[in-house]
Amino acid sequence: MSLVNIAGLHKHFGTNHVLKGIDLAVEEGDVIALIGRSGSGKSTLLRTINGLESIDKGELVVDGTAVHDGKGDLRALRQKVGMVFQQFNLFPHLTAGQNVMLAPTVVKKTAKREAEDIAKEVLLKVGLSDKFDSYPDQLSGGQQQRVAIARALAMRPKVLLCDEITSALDPELVNEVLAVVQQLAAEGMTLIMVTHEMRFARDVGNKLIFIHHGRIHESGDPKTILTNPETPELANFTRAVM
Amino acid sequence: MFVQFTTWDIVRNLLEAGRWTLALSLLAFMLGGAVGLLVLFLRISHNRVAQAFTKGYIEIFQGTPLLMQLFIVFFGLPLLGIDVSPWLAAALGLTLFTSAYLAEIWRGCVEAVPRGQWEASASLALSFPQQMRHVVLPQALRVAIAPTVGFSVQVVKGTAVTSIIGFAELTKTGSMLANATFQPFLVFGLVAAGYFALCYPLSLYAKRLERRFHVAR
Amino acid sequence: MAYQFDFAPVFENADLLLQGAAATLGLTAAGAVPGIALGIAGAICRAWRIQPFAALFGVYVEAIRNTPFLVQLFFIFFGLPSLGVKLSGWEASILAMVINLGAYSTEIVRAGIEATPRGQLEAAASLALSRAQTFLYVVLRPALARVWPALVSQVIIVMLGSAVCSQIAAEELTFAANFIQSRNFRAFETFFVATAAYFVLALLVRQALMRFGQRVVVGRPR
Repeated sequence: MSLVNIAGLHKHFGTNHVLKGIDLAVEEGDVIALIGRSGSGKSTLLRTINGLESIDKGELVVDGTAVHDGKGDLRALRQKVGMVFQQFNLFPHLTAGQNVMLAPTVVKKTAKREAEDIAKEVLLKVGLSDKFDSYPDQLSGGQQQRVAIARALAMRPKVLLCDEITSALDPELVNEVLAVVQQLAAEGMTLIMVTHEMRFARDVGNKLIFIHHGRIHESGDPKTILTNPETPELANFTRAVM
Repeated sequence: MFVQFTTWDIVRNLLEAGRWTLALSLLAFMLGGAVGLLVLFLRISHNRVAQAFTKGYIEIFQGTPLLMQLFIVFFGLPLLGIDVSPWLAAALGLTLFTSAYLAEIWRGCVEAVPRGQWEASASLALSFPQQMRHVVLPQALRVAIAPTVGFSVQVVKGTAVTSIIGFAELTKTGSMLANATFQPFLVFGLVAAGYFALCYPLSLYAKRLERRFHVAR
Repeated sequence: MAYQFDFAPVFENADLLLQGAAATLGLTAAGAVPGIALGIAGAICRAWRIQPFAALFGVYVEAIRNTPFLVQLFFIFFGLPSLGVKLSGWEASILAMVINLGAYSTEIVRAGIEATPRGQLEAAASLALSRAQTFLYVVLRPALARVWPALVSQVIIVMLGSAVCSQIAAEELTFAANFIQSRNFRAFETFFVATAAYFVLALLVRQALMRFGQRVVVGRPR
């Protein structure tokens, strides 16, 4: 059984049918890039995987935790699925270290000392061990996003979702964040990312999924399908963004 | 018996009555704050019935005169067999009034916390109470302090209306003194000064808090 | 024995309540129009720091906002006659409402004026508009549109606050209710109906003013 299994997933916003039957299997260690035009449903798909968007119909199973037709233990799901947002969403009233420690102590009831060790470890991993006591507004955008990655990692997720995590960054800060993601991929972390960084998707990802009008329109090895798209829609898309 | 009032007599009587204004303000503000917190939690809960009930509660208190609310408490409670003094009716009426306004002010503060904060804490598997306690309320609280202090001015001023149901606070005492001394200009001037002395520091403090908050952002 | 509610004696006097409600609406209108005008004048003086008016309006705003409306009303009705200014209950009520609303709307409108984006002023200046022209054609309408909901809320607050005008014998809604309950001894029922009447009035006035604002203040020329 795959790590993430999505079968027949549908999602509506009012009368707008956003996801029209998505089937997707993600294996451990996969690095998947979701691409598509804005409004294609790629972000919505990502957000359903940790329950930020409910599912109208279909099934989602992550490492044995299932959500059927919108019903299931979302908190159990979220303990296995980490998420990094476009706008960082760090908690402004907490330091970087406290941001990272919050969920382990509150949700997993990890002892404070142990949570502190975890926080130091993940902050070291993202190259910010010296920023433990800094507040978010004292950090650059790139640093904030790296703290957000560390915060997600501290929950030891099975899979990490990245929702356009470099889109809100100044160009010169993009690479420091991508470097962290690349390192995670190299260590075998399962990653699903919505991204506009085509080169990154091609070089780091092992699977590329092109979402079009709420369906998986084309998918496969990034290098192959980006060079030789089978569908005219993907060809148009790559021409427009690359 | 004809009593000759000196200005000092007037001031002394007003000061004594002012203590009741102060006591009623404090009581209504604290009890109203406690009830308001409860109303707030129900208002922002995921329970539809609780939402609808508290929305109606807030709209009724914000959409009717405080005087009418006091009348209803004052004339309504005896029908339930509860003996009400003006003091009890005033305290209860003002408490309910305060709770509705504070709940609405605080709801605005909770809603000012960006969506992303809810989403980020949800994605970390925090439960609703955990989200509230660790992420949303600490941020909402910072925003809430200034308008809450600002509203305390409305509570102090609201106590004046309780004079109409016969509670002998500052305004009621002022009316009686004005009748007795035939010096309404002086007496009501002093009464106004008394309220100003209570309210203006609160207004200033609220303004300073607000400015400090905007600088801090 | 449980109390038997009886609303019939209240509705027998529906005409009095309706007259009272109409009077409350009239009071509100008579207070709101000059009150908001006063507020706009005050806001201009405050925002542009036109001395000495800016300072005077500053004192006036603080004095009014930090004292109860009821005391302002008593001061005008009972206190002013000793200065030779004798006012009827109606006159005193309207004057108190104008003065009260004027203070609050000064602050509300001023906030709207001060929220004018810099670019608007720079654009107006670059088109060689004078200060007065800039204010009249560029600043005022968007400022009022920005704060219109707050002004409407303040008008409603003043309308609900006018219930205390019954205390100086202005025959508005609360006065009518008081009169009715003194004759039928059904105080709870009478005040309950009056409260509901205020609630409906507040809803209607808010709707009407918001619609008016949408048409006239925000107003999209077609």
